[in-house]
Amino acid sequence: MRTSDLLEETYAAITVNKVRSSLTILGIVIGIGSVIAMIAIGQGAQASIQNNIQSIGSNLIIVSPGAQRGPGVTVSAGQGSSESLTMADVEAVRQQLTLAKAVDGELSRRFQITAKGTNTNTQVVGTDSNYPTIRNVEIDQGSFITDQQVTDLAKVAVIGPTARDDLFGAGADVIGQTIRIKSINFKIIGVTKSKGGSGFFNQDDIIFVPISVSQHYLVGPNTQGQSYVSTIAISAQNATDMTAVQDQVTQILMQRHNITSSQLADFTVQNQADIVAAASSVTGIFTILLASIAGISLLVGGIGIMNMMLTTVTERTREIGLRKAIGAHRNDISLQFLIEAVMLTFIGGALGVVLGWALAWGVTKFASVTTSISLSSVLLAFGVSAGIGMVFGYYPARRAAKLNPIEALRYE
Amino acid sequence: MIECKDLVKIYKNGDNETVVLKGVSFKIETGEFVAITGPSGSGKSTLMHILGALDNPTTGSYFLDGQDVSQLSDDELAEVRKKRIGFVFQAFNLLPRATVIRNVALPLVYAGVEKKQREEAAKHALLQAGMSEDRFYHLSNQLSGGQMQRVAIARALVNDPAIILADEPTGNLDTKTGEIVLATFEELNRQGRTIILITHEHDVAAHARRIIHIRDGQIIEDEKVR
Repeated sequence: MRTSDLLEETYAAITVNKVRSSLTILGIVIGIGSVIAMIAIGQGAQASIQNNIQSIGSNLIIVSPGAQRGPGVTVSAGQGSSESLTMADVEAVRQQLTLAKAVDGELSRRFQITAKGTNTNTQVVGTDSNYPTIRNVEIDQGSFITDQQVTDLAKVAVIGPTARDDLFGAGADVIGQTIRIKSINFKIIGVTKSKGGSGFFNQDDIIFVPISVSQHYLVGPNTQGQSYVSTIAISAQNATDMTAVQDQVTQILMQRHNITSSQLADFTVQNQADIVAAASSVTGIFTILLASIAGISLLVGGIGIMNMMLTTVTERTREIGLRKAIGAHRNDISLQFLIEAVMLTFIGGALGVVLGWALAWGVTKFASVTTSISLSSVLLAFGVSAGIGMVFGYYPARRAAKLNPIEALRYE
Repeated sequence: MIECKDLVKIYKNGDNETVVLKGVSFKIETGEFVAITGPSGSGKSTLMHILGALDNPTTGSYFLDGQDVSQLSDDELAEVRKKRIGFVFQAFNLLPRATVIRNVALPLVYAGVEKKQREEAAKHALLQAGMSEDRFYHLSNQLSGGQMQRVAIARALVNDPAIILADEPTGNLDTKTGEIVLATFEELNRQGRTIILITHEHDVAAHARRIIHIRDGQIIEDEKVR
């Protein structure tokens, strides 16, 4: 039997019962479409989260107070540990760390900010002049906090574009204006450039003040009366030094805190790569979860194909008998039914890719969630749909091929 | 030419054995028009299945044009049917919603013949079977019973077989249409086709030139008429 004839027979068989064929195809369309859309959403989320993390700084190492996780065990660092990194620690790290480009201490907390009758709740970060270098922050208007202002306890603030828009309206000129944090007036001396990012990763909804001001007037000292920081951020000279810097910082702080084993450390040292990896693994699991839910609908679609093919074989028993009587071999028959199933799933796969693309587009357009359709997921979808055709078409096809022509011709 | 020697067919159903053919031997020469008749349960259908290479006899041999086809595999039998046997069934067994031409050309699809040649051969066969040209592109389910059976006859002719096996070809037709179909067989026989007609009706069998009577799995009479 020629391939062209095989395809012609298949075409004829599929078009004979258009409604049934379309409904069967619809099952596959929904399955493949949702797989494509879900993977696109998952991968889009992954890409945007990674982008956001990259934009928080270059060669960044972050030290935060609290428990450090050892392999397999979590050691509690005890009460009050979240205030265990002091300003003295920051100075020590700054002086002893040889491979760092810049070191800063940061003390962040959310406050209600008011300005001219408007108000917003945002992150207030106390920091020093090193912050822009470490965190890749650029100044749009005015200037950033200077070391002199830190020393002088100057009540000045640098504002992020989102916080500015919330308080003063979009694009307002705010240099010299006053905002109130905890009933203290701050003069705005600068506006940062937008870093992008949206939703829970908005890095523009932020206000910077000198760290000394934050420690003295906003957050206050810890229970021992020391000025503490919530984060020490370090920028390594280059990417290859990251591990060395991480080790060095750990050593310095362990020595200062009189801790002998890194398992018991009351701080955590993370580098950017760790954060990216952690976020990626979360979004990876998220993608797998979405894709497996979609995969179930694909499986159901496949069972639909099998169901239709079995019905078709039963309905066309006499026809199969005739085809065998006039000389069709077993292979001719099984191939014909198998191709029919694969054709259905293949058409379903093609339409499913279109549907998935449309869904992903719709999600991007209306839900502002970044999506990305990769070629590999499209190819995977096609492969899977053809595979489903083979798997679920095989049994009906074999059943058709095994029919005895005499009994098949007599079938009522 | 057909030669059967001692054909025996036994059906096994668990411990039950049913002997359907009990040693049937006969010869049919090329160009003969033979009717095989007998009451139902006589074994004539089983004999037709063996003659049509749809089934193997339990023992005995069946030579079709000198080749023993009695113990071939399924696919080898399919090959024999494809090249040397044309079937006409009581229920026509046409593909529904397919054109007359496509129905007739179907055996050639499995023989791997190109589409153009298939259509030529199908038209030729249809004319031989007495179909008028204006119906060639009609769908098979738009035809009358007599026309359907003539399409089926054309389909049996299309691969130029050694024998045409007709199993109760008039069973679903009224007498008048049946006569027309039988006349078609007679005409084909005059052109030199070997035709084997399986029927239980005496009137139908009377159109043949030789009648083989079967009863209880044995030939009880083999007579030349006309």
